[in-house]
Amino acid sequence: MRSFAYVKAADVEEAVRAVAADPGAKFLGGGTNLVDLMREGIERPDTVVDVTGLPFDTVDELPDGGLRIGALVRNSALAADRRVRTRYPMLSQALLSGASAQLRNMATVGGNLLQRTRCPYFYDAASACNKREPGSGCDALDGFNRSCAILGVSESCIATHPSDMCVALAALDAVVEVRGVDGVRRVPLTDFHRLPGDTPEIETTLAAGELVTAVELPPLPVAANSRYRKVRDRASYAFALVSVAAALEVRDGMVTQARLALGGVAPKPWRAREAERVLQGGPADEAAFRRAAEAELAGATGRQGNAFKAGLARATIVATLRELSTGEAR
Amino acid sequence: MTEIRMKVNGDVEALDVEPRVSLLDALRERLGLMGPKKGCDQGACGACTVLADGMRINSCLALAVQYDGSEITTIEGVTHPLQEAFVRHDGFQCGYCTSGQICSAIGMLAEHEAGMPSAVADASPLTEAEVRERMSGNLCRCGAYNGIVDAIMDVAGKDGR
Amino acid sequence: MGVTHDTRAGQGEVRAMSVSQAEATERATGTEKYVGRAVDRVDGPAKTTGRARFAAEHPYPGLAHAALVHATVARARITAIDTEAARAVPGVIDVLTHENTPPMKPPPKVSFLDLSTLVSGTTVNYLATDEVHWNGQPVAVVVAETPEAARHAASLVRPSYAELPATVDFSAEEPRAVPQKGNLIAEAEADKGDAQAALAAAAHSVDLTFSTPPHNHNAIEPHATTAVWEGDRLTVHEGTQSIAWTRRHLAKRFGVPEQDVRVLSPYVGGGFGGKGSVWAGTLLAVLAARVTNRPVRLALTREGVYHTVGGRTPSTQRVALGADEQGRLTALIHTSVSRVARTGGMPEGITAGSRHLYASPNIHLRQSITRLDLLANTFMRAPGEAIGTFALESAMDELAWETGIDPIELRMRNEPERAPIGGQRFSNRLLREAYAVGAERFGWRERDPRAGAMRDGRWLVGMGVATAYHPQMRFSAHVKVRMSADGQVVVRCGLQEMGMGTATAQAQIAADELGVPLESVRVEIGDSDLPQGPGAGGSNQTASAAAGVIEASAKLKRALLALARRAPGSPLRGRRLEELEARDGGLYHGGRGQTYAEILAAAGRDHVEAESKGNMLGLLVRTMNDRRKWVKAAIGAQFCEVRVDPDTMEVRVSRWLGVFDVGRVINARTAASQLRGGIVMGIGMALSEQTLVDGRSGRIVNPSLAEYHLPVQADIPRIDVHCLDEPDPTTPLGLIGVGEVSITGAAAAVANAVRHATGKRVLDLPITLDKLL
Repeated sequence: MRSFAYVKAADVEEAVRAVAADPGAKFLGGGTNLVDLMREGIERPDTVVDVTGLPFDTVDELPDGGLRIGALVRNSALAADRRVRTRYPMLSQALLSGASAQLRNMATVGGNLLQRTRCPYFYDAASACNKREPGSGCDALDGFNRSCAILGVSESCIATHPSDMCVALAALDAVVEVRGVDGVRRVPLTDFHRLPGDTPEIETTLAAGELVTAVELPPLPVAANSRYRKVRDRASYAFALVSVAAALEVRDGMVTQARLALGGVAPKPWRAREAERVLQGGPADEAAFRRAAEAELAGATGRQGNAFKAGLARATIVATLRELSTGEAR
Repeated sequence: MTEIRMKVNGDVEALDVEPRVSLLDALRERLGLMGPKKGCDQGACGACTVLADGMRINSCLALAVQYDGSEITTIEGVTHPLQEAFVRHDGFQCGYCTSGQICSAIGMLAEHEAGMPSAVADASPLTEAEVRERMSGNLCRCGAYNGIVDAIMDVAGKDGR
Repeated sequence: MGVTHDTRAGQGEVRAMSVSQAEATERATGTEKYVGRAVDRVDGPAKTTGRARFAAEHPYPGLAHAALVHATVARARITAIDTEAARAVPGVIDVLTHENTPPMKPPPKVSFLDLSTLVSGTTVNYLATDEVHWNGQPVAVVVAETPEAARHAASLVRPSYAELPATVDFSAEEPRAVPQKGNLIAEAEADKGDAQAALAAAAHSVDLTFSTPPHNHNAIEPHATTAVWEGDRLTVHEGTQSIAWTRRHLAKRFGVPEQDVRVLSPYVGGGFGGKGSVWAGTLLAVLAARVTNRPVRLALTREGVYHTVGGRTPSTQRVALGADEQGRLTALIHTSVSRVARTGGMPEGITAGSRHLYASPNIHLRQSITRLDLLANTFMRAPGEAIGTFALESAMDELAWETGIDPIELRMRNEPERAPIGGQRFSNRLLREAYAVGAERFGWRERDPRAGAMRDGRWLVGMGVATAYHPQMRFSAHVKVRMSADGQVVVRCGLQEMGMGTATAQAQIAADELGVPLESVRVEIGDSDLPQGPGAGGSNQTASAAAGVIEASAKLKRALLALARRAPGSPLRGRRLEELEARDGGLYHGGRGQTYAEILAAAGRDHVEAESKGNMLGLLVRTMNDRRKWVKAAIGAQFCEVRVDPDTMEVRVSRWLGVFDVGRVINARTAASQLRGGIVMGIGMALSEQTLVDGRSGRIVNPSLAEYHLPVQADIPRIDVHCLDEPDPTTPLGLIGVGEVSITGAAAAVANAVRHATGKRVLDLPITLDKLL
């Protein structure tokens, strides 16, 4: 890790100004991803502005019945929050399925949003990676791409977004509050991350110096019946091959409301709107769930190592919806 | 160089560290506390687990400067029935992951006590399946996992949980 | 633990066999109070308080820190190496490259007359040439005042390469493999009858091709070296499985007398074979210390371990089995291909288990190798057998499906009386008992033999078995045992402790041999200044050292008796050792005798010491003779239950039982732990572990614990381990090493359980869910 200057921000405006003014500056939260990437030489800031002292570490009720989650709330604290566990269980489950307890105690909500991919070629400075080194190529296209994406990919990048939390947030219509030098902006979570296109190095719609200050969850009664299901290569402490965040309301055997998002399959948390459209108003049965899953995965483009993800995603969607519709755990 | 002060195992320590120095390296190389181990230096094994203000964290991904003013407990500052239980139940072989396992287990028991849920279930009671999930952030290549669970269940049982 | 089995077939015959004079002296003589018990580890308190110091944890004044620069191409000449930016980093002391570093002496040629020549990890003389032989090879070393500066500066060193054609893709090269040569201790091929013809004529047959990926040891302690030169004397703190050979190797490479090199290795943070050889990091730390005239610590990064310490070879294997209507084998064909490097590595005995596991009139075994431009492979827990038994035992299971015979019954029908190839007798082989006990304890009868027929809620349930097998090895040990006037005993031998409970087991043995309380025995290990011990490999250490402890203890008692007999009024006057009992801290004949302390006090001595020198050449000759007569091995039955999610095909191991015949158990607790550890590693091998080598570049793509998936706590169910605890009549104390046997058969037991749960036979490890979807 190269040397850098460390600034502990005492004031949000000062922090935002400092980073906006210096292209070599970065915000630092829990450090669980950034410190690792700095040690690997992938992130090389000159200045690190530590924002963990800023007062964004509470979860508060919103007047409309939603929740406002400070960007510095630790993952473990958010997962344990009673309101989250009752009103948005998929979010608590998603958080608890991520990383390890130690990392969840460190990682912040804001940092989780800005996690970078775990594509092995991104992590290896000796490999070609358009995200790490724009224009260098992509060794994952014909290399080990078992972990890579099948939706929303481009010829320049097939890396996935690794967050579990964001998958739940995508399903929950969360809104991200960001603070820049020009003031506050609110971005729907589903618009926060970008697809790679020709510029996979640009991963979010954040402008230089913009700081995530909060995530807001709207009131969403359907989310009380929700579930996050993560499929991975070992029982714990591994990134998702495929994950599904789903909320379902069924009345008289018909789906009255559905929320669905996928992880592990796309360069961003993938809101499955096509599947939701197919589900909405239809029967809450296995065949309908399958149709919805197939509709969402119709555009999947797998490669040799990751083609299985389409089938796995379909199966996981169906299993998660079945569980929500029958209340029957696996 | 940045000057920081931490209370480490009960003693206040003043340190001058470069911002890039991890809490793990500060403890090991500057304070000579070799209990916390470096197994991967990237948050993937848990051998570096210490308690920061009572919370278990991976000290390898923590910059020491971020923990200015914190209270840190390493295995050297631990006196806990788990230590004897680890010996009795053979919760280790080579011993390299053990400091992290024990610190992690102490933090885990506190989390459970505080009602923190896990991916397996909502907090209580502390079953073996719960312990296995909650302790999955600590790898043991010798495969002493059964003994670790036994040691923890033994101690947790005695505390009346 | 430890049930008695009187039903053992052929027991009388085994008991009646003659035991050589040399072997007889190694048998236990004392009354056994500690051997067999579950004794707490003597180093338990040190390891649970953080006091145990590992190789990277020794402070020295002026200690400098080193970091490696790794090549990023597979094969090349270095045309230039730019170190300017690295040298400009504050705190950098030196940057060592092939352009500025005095060369070490080249690695010695392998010779069976000097077994220390086996510990060269590779044949490359680092920093002595401009050649790059694998992607990841160290090409420079940065030495700096802090680890942070060293690592950062290392990232700034810029080598330029003239790339050369490289062969790095095992699957592409595998068809061009060449026959592997056998050696003194491992045959590479065997033929008996005409297996091809018998296979073609068989009533039932299976013919399967398997593959296993490369694996890495991933001891949680990354390799680290602290090297200190004082003039021409060298002290090295190193986590190693071979203290003595490492010392000799370093002496040769640096041109200093062996006695001027001291290797200290009291604690090894996991080895599994990965710390059995001398790899680049050790050499370059010592070299850097010499060049910079500073004490130097080189703690490898996790990625650095992958790039400089070899792992397990990948393999492809064919197993074809023919059987008659009753399931009796008529043909057994097992062929394998593995890889070594152009710059070192060891061919593995992948078909070794197939020499000994099943009676078949027709057997054909062949092993082939490819040589690639990759880092040399090395021993990893049960090299050969771990992956060979996966294929053989999966194929046997498939034959059970083919014939409709219960998989345990099928194995029992093919249990040989004598070694199928050589015709030797088995010194011990309680496989029938292992399966009988295991089937009972595991509830094998409740297994519905149909595939996919058992369920637990939505989960598919499957049960599988496989046989575990690992040969017994022995080396010589030089052991000194000292009795002090206060009755305290010190056992000294340069043994290694990487989690086996080395000192604990030898303390138990010494305490029993001398008849003293366990608390009064201290075992000193982990230092090349101690009498030379064997390396820790091939599950040999406990047995090898036990022979020395027993012999040295006998000599010590004899010396103490001689002292007593010279003392006027001693109740032991006129007694022979054979008439005496060592107990209560002394020697007794009936109620009469003396404590050792009394003997020493009467003689005016403050201590007496005895030693067993060990004779490697003699042992080697004996071993060769023995091999014509006996097959000595650990054997066992692995029982696995899995649950498979029918939607996602995630596999979870839900129950495990291993029943083992490992001869006499010394420490019931640590032996069980080691056996469990092998099973855990076997579960990892079955379900998740693989080192990904990019076939285009030869680069390891997942050199991290985040992406190489070891089993975590949540992956591992309760593992029931049972030892039959029947002494092997041909080994010291009747013990057989337990370090490796339990990984063998483990992956097959999982694969067979998955086959039962899902109907799918997975031939390619690991059994990830995509192979079941």
